Amino acid sequence: MFGKLTLDAIPFHDPIIMGAGAGVMLGGLALAALVTRLGRWRWLWTEYITSVDHKKIGIMYIVLALVMLLRGFADAVMMRTHQMIAVGENTGYLPPEHYDQVFTAHGVIMIFFVAMPFVAGLTNLIVPLQIGARDVAYPFLNSLSFWLTASGAALVNVSLVVGEFAKTGWAAYPPLSGIAYSPDVGVDYYIWSLQIAGLGSLLTGVNFFVTILRMRAPGMKLMEMPIFTWSALCTNVLIIAAFPILTVTLALLGMDRYLDAHFFTNDLGGSQMMYVNLFWAWGHPEVYILILPAFGIFSEVTATFSEKRLFGYRFMVWALVGITVLSFVVWLHHFFTMGAGANVNAFFGISTMFIAIPTGVKVFNWLFTMYRGRLHFTPPLLWTIGFIVTFAIGGMTGVLLAMPGADFVLHNSLFLVAHFHNVIIGGALFGYLAGLNYWFPKAFGFTLDERLGKASFWCWLVGFYIAFMPLYALGLMGMTRRLNHIADPAWQPWLIAASVGTAIIGLGVVLTVVQLVVSIRNRAQRLDLTGDPWNGRTLEWSMASPPPFYNFARIPEVYGIDSWNASKARGEQISPPADYADIHMPRNTAVGFVISGFLTAFGFAMVWHIWWLAIAGALGAVASFVWRAFDRDVDYMVPAAEVRRIEEAHLVRAGGEAR
Amino acid sequence: MTRPKRNWLRHLAFAGAAVALLGGCDFALLDPRGEIGVQNRALIVSSTLWMLVVVLPVIVMALLFPWWFRAGRQAKYTPDWESEQRLEAVVWGIPFVIVTFMAVGAWTSTHELDPKRPIESDHPPIKVEVVALDWKWLFVYPELGIASVNEMAMPVNVPVAFSVTSDSVMNSFFIPRLGSQIYAMAGMTNRLHLIADKSGEYPGISANYSGRGFSGMRFTARAMPQEGFDAWVAAVRASGRGLDWESYAALAAPSESHPVEHYASVVPGFYESLIDKYRAGTGPGAPHRAPHGGHPVETKE
Repeated sequence: MFGKLTLDAIPFHDPIIMGAGAGVMLGGLALAALVTRLGRWRWLWTEYITSVDHKKIGIMYIVLALVMLLRGFADAVMMRTHQMIAVGENTGYLPPEHYDQVFTAHGVIMIFFVAMPFVAGLTNLIVPLQIGARDVAYPFLNSLSFWLTASGAALVNVSLVVGEFAKTGWAAYPPLSGIAYSPDVGVDYYIWSLQIAGLGSLLTGVNFFVTILRMRAPGMKLMEMPIFTWSALCTNVLIIAAFPILTVTLALLGMDRYLDAHFFTNDLGGSQMMYVNLFWAWGHPEVYILILPAFGIFSEVTATFSEKRLFGYRFMVWALVGITVLSFVVWLHHFFTMGAGANVNAFFGISTMFIAIPTGVKVFNWLFTMYRGRLHFTPPLLWTIGFIVTFAIGGMTGVLLAMPGADFVLHNSLFLVAHFHNVIIGGALFGYLAGLNYWFPKAFGFTLDERLGKASFWCWLVGFYIAFMPLYALGLMGMTRRLNHIADPAWQPWLIAASVGTAIIGLGVVLTVVQLVVSIRNRAQRLDLTGDPWNGRTLEWSMASPPPFYNFARIPEVYGIDSWNASKARGEQISPPADYADIHMPRNTAVGFVISGFLTAFGFAMVWHIWWLAIAGALGAVASFVWRAFDRDVDYMVPAAEVRRIEEAHLVRAGGEAR
Repeated sequence: MTRPKRNWLRHLAFAGAAVALLGGCDFALLDPRGEIGVQNRALIVSSTLWMLVVVLPVIVMALLFPWWFRAGRQAKYTPDWESEQRLEAVVWGIPFVIVTFMAVGAWTSTHELDPKRPIESDHPPIKVEVVALDWKWLFVYPELGIASVNEMAMPVNVPVAFSVTSDSVMNSFFIPRLGSQIYAMAGMTNRLHLIADKSGEYPGISANYSGRGFSGMRFTARAMPQEGFDAWVAAVRASGRGLDWESYAALAAPSESHPVEHYASVVPGFYESLIDKYRAGTGPGAPHRAPHGGHPVETKE
């Protein structure tokens, strides 16, 4: 009846897991109680859960990312404190079977359930506004994508309490991840959570690719798109091209585990090297899926807070495109030590170095955007400056690791760990947090507290350096990654320093949360009635904040880059349109939520070999989808009078505030 | 040693190492004890210095520009300055020149440091066959007919030709003091050539996570003068036990922080059999395995 699932699957003996599980449940109950008390269940259902509005979906993605950031960060704290203690005679407080899950979960969560939702969230929130569209091309698919991502995240979190997560490292190399060496359910949780979330990512990629190519406002040429939209286009091209590789790879690994196939086993002709190649053929483009949107955000932020056009827009675009193409021919640099010949290693080393050229160009162009500008030191700009300095260091160590002869000793060391945190925190995450501070007022109609935002930035920045510079040093001392116990006591002071840095980052995380809470509580004083709090340059700032659900009362005509800035220069910003027309909008639907619910049950059932539930879940998901396909009542018209009422209310409010 | 020498690179590397050592800490990769490690270090130091040529100015500009052009200060302001061809040429040119320069270095150094490439020396290399197990390292000296676990010895200034495989999951064979690492994978052999210039006991590790006992998968590489090495070989030969398929089955069963062991003899063709059994699907080393060749299911305490 319950497959492999018994009560033994719940680790009652482990106080850390039980405590965390109880904490999550109590938190959930408290949240549910709060929603009930406020009488907001219906609101939650109609305004968010069933919404197909890209802005609402974007907000849900970002909430998911922030919540999972707390989980992933808790894992980081456990790893750092454990390694700090588990030196010499001391074995630390996490036994290997727990510690190995922690570092695997940390990697999986941070990449798939923090960075990816953050990217998808900001893309959702902003891209349709920047290109003058009413919504994305496939609003229902967009809702489904989000709920698939949430479903994957739910499975990872369930694994905390029911059973266990993978003990393989986040890349899950076979044969270790095969059934012979990992007979437990951890890898199955890994496979199914990533398959479900990965499907969501792929659908997002298709959705935005079509949206950007087909739904731009009249007059907006490709080479006049806002740079963040360009970065989103490149990102979604990468998603479309790369994610199917991950899907296939995990499917093959799943066949090894479920159907006694031998794609990646040691024996019967399996090839572990094939898995490693396939994984990184997805994995390297994935790195750029995370960083390109951040590049786009930094470009927008730099231009806006320098009160100046982006320097070298054309070259910025070509650099993005160049990075997109090159990111597919560098994957082998993740395993120079696998034994490929010198010609192969040298080719991939050099192709990797060549990515430094367009990346370097982007850095210079941000610098020249600031040059002869008028810089306002808001939190988004601070994140940007912090990024350029930090990313320069991370890029340098990256090119160093691209040298096969250097990588032969640095591979898998803490030097590598320091490098990729240097670019993913100092590059991608700094960008997302800049984007959060920059676009929050657009989403909610009030700004975030600047003082707390700056305090959070400084904690993150200082904490980052104290946490990760010691890891560079430890790597040069020969310390490899994923150690549960450290033999050399000379490394301990460095590990303690890294823990101190992690604590400071923790303060930054707390301050980010405090910033959100304080800003929401004081929102009455922080209202932005104009919709354009930063004197922005692109179309998203031309409308009310939060934007009306239909975005644009009339689809704007666009001529040139920074079209909103140009409109303001011509004094057009508060002239109401001559007339209003009916607007065609998609209806909300619960189908995305329902399909994901079925697939969560399916994934859970597959993990535990509960076959009847797996069949029921799969059938339920397919049936819901078919039902949706035959549903003809998916859209409606917003009457012109309604549009007029909403727009005029905004004009009155905006006009009431002197600019 | 007849490998090409680049003296200025070595001086730079030495300076870098000296700075690191001043800190009172032991940076194994910056203080190598063998020719390969010296070349790895030279590459790390010279590449870093080349990149600092562009990275340092970037950091300075990233701090200086925002401060200099801050709002409220009456600095020059050109809001529509969007492009300048000469500047763009510089912006593309500088990274391009540095990367091209480094690419040439990458090509030559990758070939020089190819792990498959034998080290040229007056001494013929000694062969060592390395097998990664759960979770220990087995070393077989085919020419000497001896084997050891979690300890290996090598004469100073004699190149060692390693053949590396695994009879379990993927690992990476790495002696940080001596330089380059290489993956150990079942059913195949990877080659690695190392040499020790100085006597000493150098820690060896697995640099690729391999499961529960990974942290304790450590060995000692003992580099010693020829006489010391001969004495070590004699001591191993005197240990009395032999490595046959029965004792190997016991050894290959998963164990953590395995003690050092010596084997006075090794069945002929041992290493080749370990590799061949994965080709055929079955083999002499297989009996201890579960149907899939895995280790027993671990139960939770």
